[in-house]
Amino acid sequence: MTTEEKIKQWCPQAGTETAGETVVHVPADRLEDVCRRLHDDAEEPMDYLRDLVGVDQGEGCLSTYYQLESSRTGSRVMLRADAVEREGRAMLPSVSGLWKTAEIKEREAYDFLGILFTGNPDMRRLFLREDWNGYPLRKDYDMDSNPLDMGNEENADVTEEFRLMPDGTLERRENVVFNPDDFVVNIGPQHPSTHGALRLRTSLDGETVKKIDPVLGYIHRGIEKLSESLTYPQTLAFTDRLDYLSAHQNRHALCMCIERAAGIEISERAQYIRTIMDELQRVASHLLFYSCLVMDMGALTPFFYGFREREMILDIFEETTGGRLIQNYNMIGGVQADIHPDFVRKVKAFTKHMREIIHEYHEIFTDSVIARTRLKGVGKLSREEAISLGATGGTGRATGWSNDVRKRHPYALYDKVDFKEIIYTHGDSWDRYMVRMDEILESCHIIDQLIDNIPAGEFRVKVKPVLKLPEGVFTASVESSRGEFGVFLMSRGDKSPWRLHFRSTGLPLVHTMDTVCRNGKIADLIAIGGTLDFVIPDIDR
Amino acid sequence: MEQSFLDYYSLEPVTRWIHDTLCGVMPEGWAVFLEGLVLGVVILLAYAVLAVVLIYMERRVCGAFQCRIGPNRVGGKGGLLQVPADVLKILTKEIIRLKNSDHLLYELAPYLVILASVISFSCLPWHKGAGVLDMEVGILFVLAASSIGILGILLAGWSSNSKYTIIGAVRSGAMLVSYELSLGITVLTVVILSGTMSISGIVESQADGWNIFKGHIITLVAFVIYLISGNAEANRGPFDLAEAEQELTAGYHTEYSGMHFGFFYLAEYLNLFITSGIAATLFLGGWMPLHVAGLDGFNAVMDYIPGIVWFLGKTFFVVFLLMWIRWTYPRLRIDQVLNLEWKYLMPLSLLLMLLMVVLKVYGLVF
Repeated sequence: MTTEEKIKQWCPQAGTETAGETVVHVPADRLEDVCRRLHDDAEEPMDYLRDLVGVDQGEGCLSTYYQLESSRTGSRVMLRADAVEREGRAMLPSVSGLWKTAEIKEREAYDFLGILFTGNPDMRRLFLREDWNGYPLRKDYDMDSNPLDMGNEENADVTEEFRLMPDGTLERRENVVFNPDDFVVNIGPQHPSTHGALRLRTSLDGETVKKIDPVLGYIHRGIEKLSESLTYPQTLAFTDRLDYLSAHQNRHALCMCIERAAGIEISERAQYIRTIMDELQRVASHLLFYSCLVMDMGALTPFFYGFREREMILDIFEETTGGRLIQNYNMIGGVQADIHPDFVRKVKAFTKHMREIIHEYHEIFTDSVIARTRLKGVGKLSREEAISLGATGGTGRATGWSNDVRKRHPYALYDKVDFKEIIYTHGDSWDRYMVRMDEILESCHIIDQLIDNIPAGEFRVKVKPVLKLPEGVFTASVESSRGEFGVFLMSRGDKSPWRLHFRSTGLPLVHTMDTVCRNGKIADLIAIGGTLDFVIPDIDR
Repeated sequence: MEQSFLDYYSLEPVTRWIHDTLCGVMPEGWAVFLEGLVLGVVILLAYAVLAVVLIYMERRVCGAFQCRIGPNRVGGKGGLLQVPADVLKILTKEIIRLKNSDHLLYELAPYLVILASVISFSCLPWHKGAGVLDMEVGILFVLAASSIGILGILLAGWSSNSKYTIIGAVRSGAMLVSYELSLGITVLTVVILSGTMSISGIVESQADGWNIFKGHIITLVAFVIYLISGNAEANRGPFDLAEAEQELTAGYHTEYSGMHFGFFYLAEYLNLFITSGIAATLFLGGWMPLHVAGLDGFNAVMDYIPGIVWFLGKTFFVVFLLMWIRWTYPRLRIDQVLNLEWKYLMPLSLLLMLLMVVLKVYGLVF
């Protein structure tokens, strides 16, 4: 029995939409029940909430799409629920009791679309200022309703929670984030170790971390809103600027999604190039991960080791794509330009060099007794917590959760190459670190298999400059350098998307901070932040 | 042992002659005052010059460790004028006064730190007869004087009225007070071996062999313990928790600017030098040349090298060791730092002291 049939059985009113990908439409009052049954299903527990996307369907209809996946079998299902109007506000029951990651993703949907999730303990805005007017992703949002405010933003120390009582009335409660006598330190937005403009309000008891409340949005650019008024090829420019250390992979995901929707078949050569670039990008990102982690822990020398080798990759990127950090290389239908004549030689030289030099990284840092004692057993995350929090990528794989999109839902050439999914089981900072270090070699292994066999052919198929996608919902996901990066694209048959949403890899990771860092020391907080490896522009889209 | 050349290089006749000449033209009180004034200027100058040298050395050494060149533009090929240029720049920077700080303490703190550092600096045995502050309890005085610096750090953190600085100050208070113990105990071990607390006495006692060779394995271990706790006392990596850039932005001196910050910075480098200088004095013979008992010819050749060269050579060797450590290891966590001290270093150094007493009593040392 497929998942859709199961849902139909539990909830006969559920409808199915098949434009684009299959979406099961569940009435709001049955949502909680259906989700619980899906989550607790014996054979195929849908325990991983990949993403939660709020959409304004127009004509006052707000809905939320839930993308679920089973960590056991890897099967996926997408639900849709339309918000119900109650006391003048659009409402949906919260699923944060089932999937912890929904806590923060529902806040995002509330922030941008004004959907209130009843039962979510924290209904503050997430990215925008607390005194923001209106909800920007609504189609009737007035762009002039928020003139630039240079005033100081006060952060409330309490959160709102709405509960739906059995008799249909709403109860409003206040939950306390920080007590007035808590010693709250702002780590960020300007801080050497937050890797960008991230602010963690941290309550301390001496050196011990009691609670972390992330405050996001300092560099939010409204990419999802901007995309709604741009044509499809124009939206590509944004993806490199999300997680700039996964620029290729992000763009790969969006191109793949649009190609899938438009039915464009890309050439074998382009697939090879994309896969090699993705892996080079992953190595570059993991090298930077190493550099940043060691610097966060106060070791400045190994920092330069990582940059030394990363430089070689950036040079390779520059030759072929013209860009070093932001490459803008993938295009709808292939890649922007053919590879440079030196590309193959240099990539081969790099993987050889990387294998030979990685022992230096281990000698100076991995084998150091201080590094070991500071990472081992620190910041433990269990497999169940990781799945519930949606902490994908190396963070999830360090807990024993096999979540590599390249293995579970192969795309590009990943089903043709031989590679291991690196899995560790303790879930501590040490394992998160080791996952990345091993993945560097594994990526080199993938590159070595492909680099000699790049087939001849065209690197890009001809695509119309103005593309109209058929109506429907389309998704794609790739394994970016720091987790599952997903694209949710909703088309109304127009030349620009109705709704374009990116699954941020970093948002669940930042949300994980509070769980992982509690009762650790300040120094642990910094080291854990380093091993979780989030990139801020990806969180603040 | 024949020590003619040691005496030949001794500065004592020179200083005595100066003193006598001055006494000839003015009352002795004035003469002492004048000498003190000149010495004060000389010490402060030497302090500043050494700071520049040390900062330059740190940048070159760290550059070499980090596969890069280090300063190489300002002042010709070696970047020799980079640090003087930086000093000039920091002198011109505005000293910011914080609205909600405790003004008196806030401005007093950097001076306390620098004061502690200058006083301990004056006790170093540069050369035979050139110890500026040389008293019977010299080494005790150094330990006492250097402790004033902790007060400065605590005050700086407290008076800045910032959460980062207070965490940094409390950290450093906990750490410095702890490490002072094992530092003091290892110093006592050497005092027992040498039989004197006077710094010049300790150096003289090493004429027939440096303490590190004389005390069997004990002084060697004590030397290592001294280096670790001295490194912690100087607030340098991997014990730089009080500053911990990645955690506390700059720890206790986050809110300081201009030369006030410069004082902390200066004191950090000079404390490194003082720690190394005391290590060189206690374990490596201070200005005493390398002597091997029995090899008179060799000893005589060694004596040709002036004491100041020996002293600076040894001190910079220890400075290099400490820089090597700093640029290799990640930072420790506060609980690990305290564990290391209270569970390992202090008991070990106590044991060493006990063993040293036994050896000394039974005359088993060289």
